[in-house]
Amino acid sequence: MAHRPLVVCAILAFTAGLVIASFAGFREFLPGLLEGALVTVEITLGGSVLAVICAFVAALSKMFGPWPIRGLAVVYIEIFRGTSALVQLFWLFFVLPRFGITLEPLTVAILALGLNVGAYGAEVVRGAVSAVSRGQWEATVALNMSRAQALRRIVLPQALVPMIPPWGNLFIELLKTTALVSLITISDLAFKAQEMNATTYRTVEIFSIVLVFYLAVAVLITVAMRSLERFAARGLARGPAQ
Amino acid sequence: MKFWDWKFTFEILPLLAKAALVTLEATLIGFVVAAILGLAFAIGRMFGPKWLAVPLAGFIEFIRSTPLLIQIFFIYFVFPEFGVSIEAMTAGVLALGLHYATYCSEVYRAGLANIPRGQWEASIALNMSPFHVFRDVIIPQAIPPIVPALGNYLVALFKDTPLLSAIAVLELMQTAKIIGSENFRYTEPITLVGLIFLIFSLIAAAVVRLVEAWLRRRIIHS
Repeated sequence: MAHRPLVVCAILAFTAGLVIASFAGFREFLPGLLEGALVTVEITLGGSVLAVICAFVAALSKMFGPWPIRGLAVVYIEIFRGTSALVQLFWLFFVLPRFGITLEPLTVAILALGLNVGAYGAEVVRGAVSAVSRGQWEATVALNMSRAQALRRIVLPQALVPMIPPWGNLFIELLKTTALVSLITISDLAFKAQEMNATTYRTVEIFSIVLVFYLAVAVLITVAMRSLERFAARGLARGPAQ
Repeated sequence: MKFWDWKFTFEILPLLAKAALVTLEATLIGFVVAAILGLAFAIGRMFGPKWLAVPLAGFIEFIRSTPLLIQIFFIYFVFPEFGVSIEAMTAGVLALGLHYATYCSEVYRAGLANIPRGQWEASIALNMSPFHVFRDVIIPQAIPPIVPALGNYLVALFKDTPLLSAIAVLELMQTAKIIGSENFRYTEPITLVGLIFLIFSLIAAAVVRLVEAWLRRRIIHS
């Protein structure tokens, strides 16, 4: 039941791919698009790793840090959740050099997307950690564990499982946001698509291929996160019997 | 060159304020499209015949998992190919509305699924037509609990309007970029745009929280 949209999507992507492949000139722009797709995947992976790190650091600082660190975490989360991803990207791209920090466009892209999604992820982590029942915390106190030990051994392992589905959504969100980096001169998939559209005017084919590609990666992320969830939930005795 | 020029800041503020109006206009029209289309999607997917519901589900998943920027380009560049000339603003608002309609449809779906079975059965017992069942019984009960979730998507849509700058709609981001390239100063315009977004988002989030609290009180009391 839960897999039905996925299956529908996979079939949709497959047929769309076939239809587009039958158009003439398909071979002409495929190599260029694949080159762009590689950049998109690279940014998605880099951004995801950074986002997970940012989210955990920000969430744990916000929950357990001393007040200056807590304040810093709150400011970070509010700023990156409250402004537009494109504005953040442009700000890092145009304004950071004025502080004397000049970064490669690719680094700016990974940094901006990682920080942006990390801020949303921080709330996911916070929600999952605070959903661990009070009794678990009390038990760690009774066992004379330090707070760090309690977090590492008892609370975080339990919080990880319910975190996985929202993280899957965030990774797909990040994948979609990577299209914005084409606007700061990175030749990712969206950039290549525009470039080819300007030279060949085969708008429908090019943008259809690109959309199907993004869909395929998104479905891949969903499938990977589903299996990760199943793997992590083994022996947890939660939810309906399988 | 100074790092921050206040005189320049006050010079460009009126320009940005004017552009903010365009941003708000795109947000409001886009959200109206999203809210109406989203409801249609949700009803079609839940209660439509199978030949409509299954492709609609696939379409919704498709729109939800592909980037808004590409969808904006697609609408802007593809419509003219079929001989329909379309203004950048119209294309942008249409893309925003369509993209968020798929998100809203999931919210509506949750709201509609939460209506107790008895309400449907009572409407059948009263011999109401499907149209009246939806208009008079189901939708008035389904909408209030999901208003906060819809509000969150209104804020999200607002934060996605800078994407319209990619097809040269003169909203906040595009105006900031033009000011930046004319004066070779990007610090002030882009920082101001960020601040404007932050302020609007914080206000909107506060309003959503207020509405949420008000609705909760009203639903509990009635």
